[in-house]
Amino acid sequence: MTHPAILETIQALGETTLIADPTKIVDLCRFLKDSEKFIRLSSVTAVDWHPAEPRFEVVYHLHSLEPFRRLRVKYKVGGEKPEIESVTSVWRAANWYEREIWDMFGIHVLNHPDLERILMPTDWEGHPLRKDYPVHGYKYSYSNE
Amino acid sequence: MNRPIPYSDPVSTIEAIQETPATPSAPRHMTLNMGPQHPSTHGVLRIVLQLEGETIISAKPDIGFLHTGIEKQMETRTYAQAVTLTDRVDYLANLSNNLCYCLTVEKLLQLEIPERAQWLRVMMTEFTRLNSHLVWLGTHALDIGAMSMFFYCFREREDILRILEMFSGQRMMTSYIRVGGVALEAPRGWQQVVGKFIRGFPSKVDQYEDLLNANPIWTRRTQGVGFISVEDMLDLGITGPMLRGAGVNWDARKNEPYSSYEKFDFKVPVETSNDVWSRYRVRMQEMRESAKIITQALEGMPEGPFQADAPHVVLPQREKMKTQMEALIYHFKIVTEGYRVPAGEAYQCIEAPRGEIGYYIVSDGTSKPYRCHMRTPSFGNLQGLPTLLERTLIADSIAALGSMDFVLGDTDR
Repeated sequence: MTHPAILETIQALGETTLIADPTKIVDLCRFLKDSEKFIRLSSVTAVDWHPAEPRFEVVYHLHSLEPFRRLRVKYKVGGEKPEIESVTSVWRAANWYEREIWDMFGIHVLNHPDLERILMPTDWEGHPLRKDYPVHGYKYSYSNE
Repeated sequence: MNRPIPYSDPVSTIEAIQETPATPSAPRHMTLNMGPQHPSTHGVLRIVLQLEGETIISAKPDIGFLHTGIEKQMETRTYAQAVTLTDRVDYLANLSNNLCYCLTVEKLLQLEIPERAQWLRVMMTEFTRLNSHLVWLGTHALDIGAMSMFFYCFREREDILRILEMFSGQRMMTSYIRVGGVALEAPRGWQQVVGKFIRGFPSKVDQYEDLLNANPIWTRRTQGVGFISVEDMLDLGITGPMLRGAGVNWDARKNEPYSSYEKFDFKVPVETSNDVWSRYRVRMQEMRESAKIITQALEGMPEGPFQADAPHVVLPQREKMKTQMEALIYHFKIVTEGYRVPAGEAYQCIEAPRGEIGYYIVSDGTSKPYRCHMRTPSFGNLQGLPTLLERTLIADSIAALGSMDFVLGDTDR
């Protein structure tokens, strides 16, 4: 498959990965859905490569039923002001996964219909799956001081 | 009090009320807060419903009450320790989660699994499917009003849990499937116990169908209820029996076989009516097919080792540790620092009782997973809830909700 937004194609462990151009991701997704028949979006997630820069990697897993194929699309986002474009206009399934990315990694999703925290309480501070977020520890004291 | 509020936002409810017009010409919508503690949600799920009379105009699910940060915790555990966390994701399909995690790690390690281990894995995951479907049937029928089903289903479930305990030592959080094979050799006499159960099981399914199929209350509460179009399902990421109940013949066990499923003879049940009834039919037939798979595994179980020949990954046997120095060293190394997994990434998906489980593991070459994302079926399915509940009656919403068969631990992770 060829599309201007595909920068590189990698084959590893029997899986195909496309490295995409983040500015044209919606175009690319639309192309993959309409022309390459990837009608299902399995999941969207992110990986934090802190302290490397660009820090975040956003990963989409696509699935085509007929013919049966799976595909991974990913691209990097800088950690200074992380922003990605929403693909909910292509697959509605992206909605909750993108909310999860916002909740867990603090990556802002532009043009998302309903961007708010999904797993953590709405008044939670910080984004737990970032590598600089501690695994253990108490932020608040519950003593009677 | 300056601390996080355990209940998430009262704000969305207030906003929802303000949104509705209160003009005399347009009827005022009522906002109903269903859950987070509601018997039919099978866990802590909150749904904010907008009602017009008894019709649901819109539904907004609010999840996250059972979030336990499993993905974060996995990053601090070695690959061997993380298996125990995958059990806790979905308490009804723990072996499916074990299997998916192990397959992904094995893909990264490029490990060959002996045939006997693969067959044991298939047999145990099919027991998990039976277990999960039985709990679904019992509780779903209880929601709709057929109380006795619950007792019948849990009777068989108890037998399955005894079998799981016999194999692994645990009833629910088994951690039986490990990277490189399974944890223990099948116990002595397992053929008799499994054989006795599986010979009797099809007649039990007949019994359930006798109770439900011709029951006028059951049929009227399930047929034609909970419709959602196939396009919506695919677009929203709904998988599993819901998708097969809408005529889409897609099952990872057939379409992308893993763990030697291609050697088993079974059918993928598909129904076309796309309602609660068709999902019920799919699951009942799946139970019969699972019983067939278990029978085949019982009859054709290959001999051989139950763990891969990979001493740097698989824990050595106790006897070897007492007689061989190398085994002792490997044991010490695996337990203290874990084994290193080559850098890379892998995604593996399997067919769980509820749909597609997919594990995406990123390794940076150390002994701990750098990132492990779980694509859980309940999370994917629950996303379709607003579409499923739109324009249904509030009484039907209970049946529609139940037919999704979600587990909130699986949703929130």
